[in-house]
Amino acid sequence: MPQVNMTVNGKAATGTVEGRTLLVDFLRETLGMTGTHVGCDTSQCGACVVHVNGKAVKSCTMFAAEAEGAEVATVEGMAAADGTLSTIQQAFQDHHGLQCGFCTPGMVMSAAALLRDNPKPSEAEVRDYLEGNICRCTGYHNIVKAIMAASGQDVSSIAAE
Amino acid sequence: MPADGGIGASSKRREDVRFLTGNGNYTDDINMRGQAYVHFLRSDVAHGVLNSVDTSAAADMPGVVHIFTGADFTEVGGIPCGWQITDKHGEVMQEPKHPVLADGKVRHVGDPIAAIVAETADQARDAAEAIEVDIDELPAVMDMKAAVADGSTKVHDDLTSNLCYDWGFVEENKGAVDEAIANAAHVTTLELVNNRLIPNAMEPRVAVGDYNRSTGDSTLYTTSQNPHVIRLLMGAFVLGIPEHKLRVVAPDVGGGFGSKIFHYAEEALCTFAAKALNRPVKWTCSRSEAFISDAHGRDHVTKIDLALDADNNFTAVRTETYANMGAYLSTFAPSVPTWLHGTLMAGNYKTPLVYVNVKAVFTNTVPVDAYRGAGRPEATYQLERVIDKAAIELGVDPIALRRQNFITEFPYATPVAVEYDTGDYVATMDKLEEMADLSGFEARLAESQAKGKLRGLGVNCYIEACGIAPSNLVGQLGARAGLYESATVRVNATGGLVVMTGSHSHGQGHETSFAQVVADMIGIDENMVEIVHGDTANTPMGMGTYGSRSLAVGGSAMVRATEKIIAKARKIAAHLMEAAEADIELKDGQFSVAGTDKSVAWGDVTLAAYVPHNYPLEEIEPGLEETAFYDPANFTYPSGAYACEVEVDPDTGKVTIERFSAADDFGNIVNPMIVSGQVHGGLAQGIGQALLEGCGYDENGQLLTGSFMDYAMPRASDVPFYSVDHSCQTPCTHNPLGVKGCGEAGAIGSPPSVVNAVVDALRRGGHDVTHVDMPLSPSRVWSAMQG
Repeated sequence: MPQVNMTVNGKAATGTVEGRTLLVDFLRETLGMTGTHVGCDTSQCGACVVHVNGKAVKSCTMFAAEAEGAEVATVEGMAAADGTLSTIQQAFQDHHGLQCGFCTPGMVMSAAALLRDNPKPSEAEVRDYLEGNICRCTGYHNIVKAIMAASGQDVSSIAAE
Repeated sequence: MPADGGIGASSKRREDVRFLTGNGNYTDDINMRGQAYVHFLRSDVAHGVLNSVDTSAAADMPGVVHIFTGADFTEVGGIPCGWQITDKHGEVMQEPKHPVLADGKVRHVGDPIAAIVAETADQARDAAEAIEVDIDELPAVMDMKAAVADGSTKVHDDLTSNLCYDWGFVEENKGAVDEAIANAAHVTTLELVNNRLIPNAMEPRVAVGDYNRSTGDSTLYTTSQNPHVIRLLMGAFVLGIPEHKLRVVAPDVGGGFGSKIFHYAEEALCTFAAKALNRPVKWTCSRSEAFISDAHGRDHVTKIDLALDADNNFTAVRTETYANMGAYLSTFAPSVPTWLHGTLMAGNYKTPLVYVNVKAVFTNTVPVDAYRGAGRPEATYQLERVIDKAAIELGVDPIALRRQNFITEFPYATPVAVEYDTGDYVATMDKLEEMADLSGFEARLAESQAKGKLRGLGVNCYIEACGIAPSNLVGQLGARAGLYESATVRVNATGGLVVMTGSHSHGQGHETSFAQVVADMIGIDENMVEIVHGDTANTPMGMGTYGSRSLAVGGSAMVRATEKIIAKARKIAAHLMEAAEADIELKDGQFSVAGTDKSVAWGDVTLAAYVPHNYPLEEIEPGLEETAFYDPANFTYPSGAYACEVEVDPDTGKVTIERFSAADDFGNIVNPMIVSGQVHGGLAQGIGQALLEGCGYDENGQLLTGSFMDYAMPRASDVPFYSVDHSCQTPCTHNPLGVKGCGEAGAIGSPPSVVNAVVDALRRGGHDVTHVDMPLSPSRVWSAMQG
């Protein structure tokens, strides 16, 4: 089996994989980084979103071998080394943007990619961007609110908590 | 509302930090040393005689450890059903066998035929391809009405027919109801479908079985809403393992919505295989597999008659419903169309006569069971749709028609055997009218029309019953379980508390809100209270989380246990301060003697309990730990009024939700932020049912909506920001917190408001439409507009 080498959250990561091993399985099973989740098998749900060389990618749509030499970022690398949550993570907690937490890693990673490209998205832009991230718990209200809040926008006029 | 914690505060959720940082511990994150992986070979036909399963070639595939088939399970029990319905003739329901692996026949696409255990998950999947299955295909039983007609193919050959039961409620009222309808000034009749849904919690199911040879103990890690129930059902009825040799752990669980209440064959297989093979066995469900193996929801076909007198007072309601059970009876399936549905058919209205008939039918489909709301959405949808249709037929305002018929005096005994303790339906409707800005509708209508869009307004009410109880009553109704809840409160020497609850949190935020309650009672910081749940080894026997019962029932058990703690702590405090117990007051974590400046801190008392040097040992035991089991006297009855405004594109039939307002009465509130979040999520699921979601089968029993590419889950762009309010509060009279439950309301109340709004939009657009079946896809709405 081939060996793959990549950088995950700034640290070198190496493992042997089958050709068919998906990046998400490499992260979860080979590296034991279970923060990235698998919620479907058709690349619809977005629970597995990570960043590969700075771009948001569904890690179930990419073979581990395709990430050879890549810089991969996962939800485990989003908080500061001392545990301080990132602005986006903190906004999700402040605005109750998660319930069961299963879609959350993908939501956080998608939100980070969105805000990097579009620092002040409108509500419609946030909702449109999350087309590939399904949440069954929150009804999206507080996720959209949290992402807008994380972008520095005033969300106090948005209804309810 | 306190800002610094306790009951009524929007405390941020403590569980969020681990979920936001990737440190959750979901079942699929658990890996045991030496574990093997199981893959299920499932039937790809809906109905057939299973002639043979040849595993010889597969057994020689790389990495294969063992292959189980139905023949391996002839010595163990089948998957049990937890509720037995007695029909209108006094006969008990027909209850088919439900083998762990198919035995003799396959009865739905997805029915498990063989379980391949291999060194890796990929090897198990590869080997499944090499199993040769010989099936003589039989006609698939799909249409419920045809299924119960004479001569239909039978799903279960050993049953007399495909009719599980024919339930009448209240049977004695049937004659009076028929007479009232025959003599009514006006009768509105509506036939409708409550569309079949697939729950799709974002975390697929997972099971890890483990067996300890040295102790003979089995452990199952599983994605469950109620680990104690799984332990009892699987241990006692399937595998014959006594509870003290079986531990069930449901760690972080990624949503349930009902689908993770039930005991599934895969749990039994993994537990069984771990012992048989003497190594841990793990199964992770793929999403495609979930679509054909998780219990589905709803799937009712109903005809409802609403009778009114000449003054538009409701005089009678009569329903006839066909309820799909699927191929086997899932754990609580028989209760959903009966006791969780028929008892709600009075709704918010003082209709004096109600009769509900339900025919439960076996078909060659995945089993159907409770899904968020479970029976109550079906009841609400029928009633609130037929009321809107009646308003159209009579030419009256639908809100006024509802208000005229509201129950206004409580307690209120309905004609369907339940007694609402509290409610104020006028108040929630008043609040709704304000929130939804109904007076501004005409202006918004004009704006939509200027854009070439149709616009409609839909309003409805709902009542639900949460915290189903008491146990002796539900036993009479056929439940094979009690419906109490439990809590153990363990106070540590230095004053911190651990609360072990039989409830289970899989998104509801119990770790935060339960801690708020206990901390508030003692007057200490919330962070001194830890909530433990999900492991039968360290929590008292409890029934788990579903039916919006956790705070009303589990929270009440926690309150009772905490009251016992406080009572004992007062005795200790009295001893320490050499005062009479009756004079001891507890406030802000300090015990004081009334009328004096003497006080001892909470931590002094807890330390004394565990270091009992100065302690009344002759009167009370050392230590500070108490357990309570709480069995409610009645259901709780949350209620509310919802309003939806839609725009419809007349060219395409596409519906967009422009505004959604929800005024709920949940009684007292512990954490308003969490309550709002629960409502938001329920609304999205209800809007999903109304506009997007519909499980489809073809006539051969093939699932047409077998992935997220075909089954339309609500996305962020399908829903608006919601306006929710829970300031109307009529506290429950029979539980110590005065709480009612909020988990299902959104999913119960929202489908009729969406459909009412779309019908209203079409009518305002000049289309003579009175009903469109859910989901209101563009093609259905467009077709309705074509007449």
